[in-house]
Amino acid sequence: MQVFGDYQDQLTDGTEYLVLCFSPSARPLKERWRNNGLSAGFMADYMATFFTGDSRGIKSAVNFIANELLENAMKYYDYSTDIPITISLYLLSDKLVFRTTNAINRSYVQGYQDLIQVLLSGDPEELYFQQVEHNHAQPDLPQSGLGFLTMINDYQATLGWRFMPLLMQPQQVEVATMVQLPSGSL
Amino acid sequence: MDAEPLITEDFQICPDPEAGLVTLSGSLRLAGAEEYAPIAEILEATVTAHPEKITLDLRQLEFLNSSGINMLSKFILNRRQSPQTQVTILGSVEIPWQSRSLKNLQRLLPTLHLHIDE
Repeated sequence: MQVFGDYQDQLTDGTEYLVLCFSPSARPLKERWRNNGLSAGFMADYMATFFTGDSRGIKSAVNFIANELLENAMKYYDYSTDIPITISLYLLSDKLVFRTTNAINRSYVQGYQDLIQVLLSGDPEELYFQQVEHNHAQPDLPQSGLGFLTMINDYQATLGWRFMPLLMQPQQVEVATMVQLPSGSL
Repeated sequence: MDAEPLITEDFQICPDPEAGLVTLSGSLRLAGAEEYAPIAEILEATVTAHPEKITLDLRQLEFLNSSGINMLSKFILNRRQSPQTQVTILGSVEIPWQSRSLKNLQRLLPTLHLHIDE
């Protein structure tokens, strides 16, 4: 098992949480893409019920982060497995915590961990603008690489990852991605 | 040029080339640069038709994913090649992502006029 960034296995003081599971192989990715938006929107509306007053900031932040996490999980999932993709959202006293789990192919692990090391070691604002310039110079890149950086810079989120081998499926690794959003930033 | 609006169940992209205006509304959650290409083409075509100024009205754009932020950022960076074009972006404080993320576009193009309505 390998952990990067701020990843917590135990979320002890959470009293409210919501977990959604998806069986990702059931329909082609393109057809399911719209479901990411439906799921993220639902999580946002659900979590907003626990807050009094103006909930637009909470809804907007939950919607953006949950949607980005689901998009990532769906894009990099290894469709040769039948392990469900999950997204969980925990309401703690001082923060919201998102966690997705999904299986990726072993061959992606090193590249992903290298990317994580860059994200964790560099200045996020500089990395953001470097990535924007890079995307502009290389217009055929399929992915923007801006999702995590936007969460860090614009939402003051902290990120963590856990990579866990799957004993029964040696070609796949389970990646858990954790995003912690301080209540003060909402 | 093609000035047809692009209207789906989730979002509306409405160009007005004579006014140099494109209004984007709804929720944009498309999957990557390829799916955003038709929208990027509408933005570029509107600038071509009205090179003095372009206004992007985002005041009804409830949601934009990171691929959409990337599309907008690339459009803004393209304007560095044509400094005669005055770019204005209209946002709304009612839509919280805009106050968080639109400021990044200003850094990409310091001459950008960014107006976020109270």
